[in-house]
Amino acid sequence: MFLKEYISDVYGAVKSMAIGMKRTLYYFTHHQEIITQQYPDNRDTLVLPERFRGEVVMAHDEKNEHRCTGCTACELACPNGTIKIITKFDISPEGKKKKAIDKFIYHLELCTMCNLCIEACPTNAIHMAQTFEHSVFDRAQLTKVLNKPGSKLQEGVE
Amino acid sequence: MWNLSDIAKSVDEWLNSVMSPTWVLVVEMVVIGVLAIALFAVLGLVLVIMERKVAAYMQIRLGPNRVGPKGMLQSLADTVKLLVKEGLTPAGADKFLFNLAPFIAMITAMLLLAPLAFAKDFQIWDLNIGVLYITAVSSLSVIGILMAGWSSNNKYSLLGAMRSGAQIVSYELSAGLAIMTVVILTGSLQMSEIVKSQADGWWLFKGHIPAIISFVIFIIAVTAETNRAPFDLAEAESELTAGFHTEYSGMKFALFFLAEYINVFIVCAVGATLFLGGWMPFHIGNWEGFNHVMDYIPSSIWFFGKTFFLIFVIMWFRWTFPRLRIDQLLNLEWKYLLPISMLNILVVTLIAIKGWHF
Repeated sequence: MFLKEYISDVYGAVKSMAIGMKRTLYYFTHHQEIITQQYPDNRDTLVLPERFRGEVVMAHDEKNEHRCTGCTACELACPNGTIKIITKFDISPEGKKKKAIDKFIYHLELCTMCNLCIEACPTNAIHMAQTFEHSVFDRAQLTKVLNKPGSKLQEGVE
Repeated sequence: MWNLSDIAKSVDEWLNSVMSPTWVLVVEMVVIGVLAIALFAVLGLVLVIMERKVAAYMQIRLGPNRVGPKGMLQSLADTVKLLVKEGLTPAGADKFLFNLAPFIAMITAMLLLAPLAFAKDFQIWDLNIGVLYITAVSSLSVIGILMAGWSSNNKYSLLGAMRSGAQIVSYELSAGLAIMTVVILTGSLQMSEIVKSQADGWWLFKGHIPAIISFVIFIIAVTAETNRAPFDLAEAESELTAGFHTEYSGMKFALFFLAEYINVFIVCAVGATLFLGGWMPFHIGNWEGFNHVMDYIPSSIWFFGKTFFLIFVIMWFRWTFPRLRIDQLLNLEWKYLLPISMLNILVVTLIAIKGWHF
């Protein structure tokens, strides 16, 4: 009884080893399906996954208008203080004061790409871009102002 | 036909015509030493790039592909880098033993070259106990490893060296018994005799199933003896950083690295000589035409071809199997390989006595 178990052990071991070696031999002899990305060479044709998170950007339309109301929901959602929103008051033609953003400051060097700010945004003003080559020589360059100079809030966004 | 033994003979004759026999011996020894070192350097470069390419292909990667055509000069570039690096000796180390250890590892590998038959009638030293010499000298390599582990004064190094000691001491048994089957079948310990006995067929085919079993056991045991994955507990990167050569850097590290690859080459050469007929060409029974074509291929190509095939098999193991735990390792040896090879040796003895082999 013991001997039977012993022999079946040896047989099973040899069999499973053969299965593993067959798989690696298959990979060895089928060298077309390479999973390596030849990164700097294929920069032009590189396709990133749809949900890749590179950095936070603010979309502007052709009239230089964005959708950020300055509600600071993203600033509150951010776990490590990456976003700082400085607000100002615009005077509308009727003489009414209206809150708007002055500067949307984004610290890329603190950002962990957790996507919480994008989910918190009620007006879909910000989204994640697919850029990832962020290295710079001066870390001050990583502090970015996301709203373009002279940009305004889009009509109808509250 | 072009072959290595004619070259060696003509060099010997030329030397004998210009100087006295004593000087001829000295010059020949120097030439052999230089050739051995050159072979080591070339093997180191070739095997490292081969290992990396085989690994890459098996893992659906590209491997080194920047230095030289298809990355073939990568190992040369790495060697130059290692040569110019500082050879650091830790402050707490036993300096003499620490610096001696890589050379012991290297010299052991070098001594093992002596009885190998590289081609027809081309052997450094055809001593009549060649196989015994190989098993005896290869067990010395553990001294270099233990020395390196002990003198580094580092827990990882010591643990790695101790594991390596346990492993080599136990796996030598089944490697020795596997070698013994061929010795029993041949009736000689001499390398050239063993090769000659395979003129009508390799022992792997002539010795029926027991020879195949002992060949498999031999391959497993020598993989363990050379401390390669899946038996690389001695260096186990994930547990012991690098095991016995944790503290080594620069050229001293390179010597350990080289010794590992040279040992792989040597055990594969021994395996090729014992089971696959060394430099003997592949012959099939009475196929005169086929046998004649096979004879036309130089014997050195046969030897290196078989050796590199076995090296590829060992690399194939490395990139397929996960590392064993120390208890699994010793279980495998003492509960499986050793009893099987002992039973196997009995069967082989019976075959040899009855003359059942071809």
